[in-house]
Amino acid sequence: MIPDLGTIALGFAFGTAVYAALAAWYGHRTDQPRWVESARNATIITLPLVALACFLLIISLLRSDFSIEYVWRVSSRGMPDYLKVTALWGGQAGSLLFWNFLLAVFTAAAMMRNWRRQRELMAYAIMVASFTQIFFLGLSLFIENPFNRLAFVSPDGNGLNPLLRHPGMIIHPPMLYLGFVGFTIPYAFGMAALMSGKLDDTWIRLTRRWTLVAWLFLSLGLILGGRWAYDVLGWGGYWAWDPVENASLMPWLAGTAFLHSVMIQEKRDMFKMWNMFLIVLTFCLVISGTFIVRSGVISSVHSFAQSAIGPLFFGFIAIMFVFSVYWLSKRHEALKSENHLNSFLSREAAFLYNNFLILAILAVVFLFTYYPIFSELITGEKGFVGPPVYEQATGPLFGALVLLMGVAPMTMWYRTSAQRIGMGVRWPALAALIFIGVLIVLGIRDWRALLGLWIVSFAAILTLLEFWKGTRGRMKAKGEPPWTAFATLMGRNRRRYGGYWIHMGVIVMAFGIISMELFQEQTQIRLTVGDTLSLGRYEMQFLGASRFPGPDDLLITQATVDVYDNGRYVGQFYPRTELYTRTNQPMTIPDARSTISEDFYMLMINWEPTSSNQATFRVYLNPLVNWVWAGGIIFVIGTLIAAWPDRKEELVTVSRPHQTVLAGGD
Amino acid sequence: MKERLRITDYGLCFTFCGLLLTLLFLTAGVAMAQTGEVTDDEVNAVAKDLFCPVCESTPLDVCPTKACADWRELIRTQLAEGKTRAEIHDYFARQYGDGVLADPPKRGFSLILWALPVIGVAIGGVLFVRYVRNLRREGDAAATAVVPTTLSPASAASVLQPIVPLEASGDYVSRVEEELLARK
Repeated sequence: MIPDLGTIALGFAFGTAVYAALAAWYGHRTDQPRWVESARNATIITLPLVALACFLLIISLLRSDFSIEYVWRVSSRGMPDYLKVTALWGGQAGSLLFWNFLLAVFTAAAMMRNWRRQRELMAYAIMVASFTQIFFLGLSLFIENPFNRLAFVSPDGNGLNPLLRHPGMIIHPPMLYLGFVGFTIPYAFGMAALMSGKLDDTWIRLTRRWTLVAWLFLSLGLILGGRWAYDVLGWGGYWAWDPVENASLMPWLAGTAFLHSVMIQEKRDMFKMWNMFLIVLTFCLVISGTFIVRSGVISSVHSFAQSAIGPLFFGFIAIMFVFSVYWLSKRHEALKSENHLNSFLSREAAFLYNNFLILAILAVVFLFTYYPIFSELITGEKGFVGPPVYEQATGPLFGALVLLMGVAPMTMWYRTSAQRIGMGVRWPALAALIFIGVLIVLGIRDWRALLGLWIVSFAAILTLLEFWKGTRGRMKAKGEPPWTAFATLMGRNRRRYGGYWIHMGVIVMAFGIISMELFQEQTQIRLTVGDTLSLGRYEMQFLGASRFPGPDDLLITQATVDVYDNGRYVGQFYPRTELYTRTNQPMTIPDARSTISEDFYMLMINWEPTSSNQATFRVYLNPLVNWVWAGGIIFVIGTLIAAWPDRKEELVTVSRPHQTVLAGGD
Repeated sequence: MKERLRITDYGLCFTFCGLLLTLLFLTAGVAMAQTGEVTDDEVNAVAKDLFCPVCESTPLDVCPTKACADWRELIRTQLAEGKTRAEIHDYFARQYGDGVLADPPKRGFSLILWALPVIGVAIGGVLFVRYVRNLRREGDAAATAVVPTTLSPASAASVLQPIVPLEASGDYVSRVEEELLARK
C-alpha cells in the first residue's frame, strides 16, 4: 500500500515536471503569460509530491517494511530510529529520491522568490530547471525506484553500511547534496539569460545569493566530510584524494572561480562569456559528481556497464553540455565585452589570475581522478593515482593561490601601480620573513614548509591589515570605538568583508594543512598490558582491553589507555575497533587527546584476547590539525556574513544600472 | 684420586667452555634474530604508498581488512629477507599491475599524468597571457584615444574617467574613508 502510494506520488511529480517544462515552452512561444504562470505553479506543486514520496519512504524505513528492496538493503530492525531516517540517503535509490526532493525545494523557492522580478528570464529558467528535475525524477521512477518490491519478504534487512552510521553522516551527505543541487538555480538562470538574449548581469545579481548558499553548503559538506573521515576512517588524516572526495571538490573549485569572476562582470561588464562558461562547467561537474559518488565508476569502467544509470547520466551530461555550448556560441557576438582590461596590475586582472590558478587545479584533479578510466579504456589495465602525486601537482598551485589571495585585495579596479603594491607588501613580507627566521631558529629546516608557511603568514598579515585599515578608517571618520567600527564595517560591506573572513578561514586551514602534510609523526607497536609507548612529548600506557556487544550487530573491542603529556597525566582514552558481524566489516575508531597545537591520535589495530594480553596500537602526532577545523568554522562564518540577506540591496538590485565604483570594491 | 680430580678438572673446563660456547651461540642467535626482526613502522613505511586493488583508495598501511593484513605480512617477510622498499614495490607492481602504486611509474600510458598538466599549463599560460595582453592593448588604445567615435560618450567616460583620479587619489585609507562616508 505505502510503496504503491510512493510510486504514484513520484509518477505525479514526474508528470507535473514534464507539464511545467512544456507549459513554459508553449507559453513563451505563443506569448501567453498565463501558461508560464501555470508552469511556475506546476514546479511549485512538484515539491509536495516529491516530499510525499520521501515521507513515505521514511515511514517504510521506520516500520522496517522489508517487502521493499531499498528498505531491506539499507536498514535492519535493530538500527536506532534516527539511523533509519538517515538511511534515506544511505543507498543509491534513496539518495536519488532525496536529490529530487532538494532540487524541488530549491526550484520552488527560487520561483516564489524571484517570480516578480525578472519575468523574461522565468520561462527559460523553468524549462532548464524542470528538464533537470525530469531527468532525476525519471531515474527515480523508472530505473532506481526506491519503492521496488522484493519477491520475498525477508525477516530482517542488511543494515546500513557501517561507515554511514556515524553521527557525522547524518549531516554530511545532505550538505553536499544541497550544495550540488543549489548550483542548478544559477545554471538555470544563466541559461535563461543566454536563451532570452537578456545578457546583462541581471542573472548574476538575481542568483548571487543562491550561488553563495549552494557554495556554502558544498563547503560545509567538504569540511564535515573531512571531519568524518578523521573521526571514523582511522587513518589519521582528513583528505585522501579519493574519487568521491574529488567529485565534490571539483564543482566547489569551479564554483569558487565563478564567485570571483562574476565580480568582474558586475563592476566592469567584462567576461560575460567566461562567466557563462564557468556556471555551465560547475553544473556539469555537479551532475558528474552526483554520479561518481554513487556509481563507483572510477574504480572500474565495468561498474559503468553494470547499471543502466551510467549511460543515462553520461547522456544527460552530454545533452546539457552540447545544449549549453550551442547557446554560448549562438550568443557569442552579444557576449563580447565593450570594456577592456587596462592593466596587468588591477583588480580584474587579479581575479583572472585567480581563475587561471583555480582552473589549473581543477584540470589536474580532473585528469588524476579520471585517469583510472582513461587508463582502463586505452591500455586495458587499471591505473591509479595516489595522494603523493596529487600533492606534488596541486601543492605549488595552491601556494600561488594563497599568495594571490593575500596580495589581490591591494589592487584596485582599472589599474594599480606596481609601486603602490610594493609599498603595501614590503613590511608584511618582512614580518613574515622574521616569522620564518624564528621557525628556522626553532629547528624547522624543510624548505617546503618554510616557503609554504612564509606564503601563508604573509597572506595572513595582509588580510588582517585589510580589516585593520577599514576599521581604522571608520574610527577616524566617525569617531567610533574600535568594536563598533569593526562591526559596522562588517555590516555595511558584507560581501567584501565576508570574503576576507573566508580568506582568513582558508589561511588558518592552510597553517593546519601544511603542518599535517609535513610534520605528522606516527608509530605502530605491539604492547602487552602495562607497557607504554611514546611519541613526541606523549606517553601512552596500555591498561587493558575488553570486548562487548554494542547496539544492533555491533561487536566492540575497546582498549583503555592512560596518556601522559611530558610526564603529566592527562586522562584515560578509549580507542576501539568495531565489527559489524552481519557484514563482517571492521572499523577502527580512534580516540584523541586534542589540543590547539596538536592531536595525539590513538588507534587500536589489533587485539588477541585468547593468545595473550597484547594489542597493536598505532598512534599519530597530528600538529595543528585543529586549525583545519577552526579555519573551517571561520570560513563558514565568512560565507554567512557574505550571503546574509540584505534588504536594502535586494530592493536596488534590479533597478541599479551599471555603475562605476571608485575604491577597491567587493 | 689425583687422576679422578684431573678428569673432573678437564670436565669442568669442558663444561665451562661448552657453556661459554652455547651462550655465545645463544647471544649470537638472539642478536641475529633481533636484526632480522622487522618493526611495524618499517612495514608501514613501505605499505604507505601501496594500494590493494580491492580496498579502493585506502592505503595499505591503514587498511583494516584481512587481505591487506596478509599483504603487510608479505612485506614483513620480504623486508626480513633484506629486500628494499623499491624492490618490494616492484614486486607488487609485477604481481598486481601498476595500479597498486600510489606514485605510478613514469612509463607508457601513465606519462600523460605528467605530460598533460605541463602541456596544459604551458598552453593555458600562453593563451592566457596573449588574451590578457590583447585586452590590455585594446584597453590602452581605448584609453589613449580622445573620445573614440565607436564608443558612446557615456561608456567612453566609464573607461576614461577613473584612471586619472585613482592614480591621484591618495592612499588606500583615505579611499576607504571616502567610500564609507559616501555609503553613510
